Amino acid sequence: MYGWIWNHLPGPTPVRVLLTLVLVAAIVALLFTVVFPWAVTWLPGQDVSVE
Amino acid sequence: MTADRVRAVVGVTGELLITAGVVIGLFAVYTLFWTGVETAGEQDDLQREFEAADPQPPEPTAQAAPPETALAPLEVPEPLPGDAYARMRIPRLGEDWSWIIVQGVDLSDLTRGPGHYPDSAEPGQVGNFAVAGHRATYGEPFAHLDRLEPGDEIRVERAGLEHVYRVTTSYITGPDDVDVVAPVPREPGAAPRTEVITLTTCHPRWSSEERLIVHGVLDGTASSTTSSGTES
Repeated sequence: MYGWIWNHLPGPTPVRVLLTLVLVAAIVALLFTVVFPWAVTWLPGQDVSVE
Repeated sequence: MTADRVRAVVGVTGELLITAGVVIGLFAVYTLFWTGVETAGEQDDLQREFEAADPQPPEPTAQAAPPETALAPLEVPEPLPGDAYARMRIPRLGEDWSWIIVQGVDLSDLTRGPGHYPDSAEPGQVGNFAVAGHRATYGEPFAHLDRLEPGDEIRVERAGLEHVYRVTTSYITGPDDVDVVAPVPREPGAAPRTEVITLTTCHPRWSSEERLIVHGVLDGTASSTTSSGTES
């Protein structure tokens, strides 16, 4: 999978490394700003009020 | 050919498992560390908001209503959900334990700091001033609420006044025990005659099975301009 992605990235190796870093950063940012804030609401210990 | 295919499937499966492990690890970092960083940033903003709005409201909102006067608090704008509402200090939890309480107890409010039950009393008012807060994640303001003992101070600043409550009781109850935030705790429908405070958080820590409840009663009120001048 990662090999396939690597082989499909354009440009010489330094460019591919740079693109990889950008991709990883984008995915981590997406996780921290969208996915994890949603997922954390399903963790136990998030309900602290009585209702 | 078949061997190649098997190798490919095993390879991709392995990569997916490693990816899942990394994502779960990142989620742990997010939960244990990053939520606290975000809440600290929110608290910095709320601190400025509170100090700007609390003693001298700059611009009352359309919903502005005079606060219920019990002890002549200053005029402050009616807070919207998530707005800075009051400052709380609990010396037992540390000299620097100081949190801006926000208005509201929705999950989105509580990511910014402990939240005031909007239907409960105002600080210093006759009735029940109730606050919920996280015990784990999001800066975990109420992490060690179980350490409070009868007589401990809970200081609440709002509208130019500082109210000092003293802890009376703490106990564990169920998540649907709404009577703990009734005007007279555990006596729904009763007319309140005293000023009480109620703090709620989850119990055990990292679980939502039960709630930890702390009650206190008002011991005194002073102008916050004089009392917070000696703040350490």
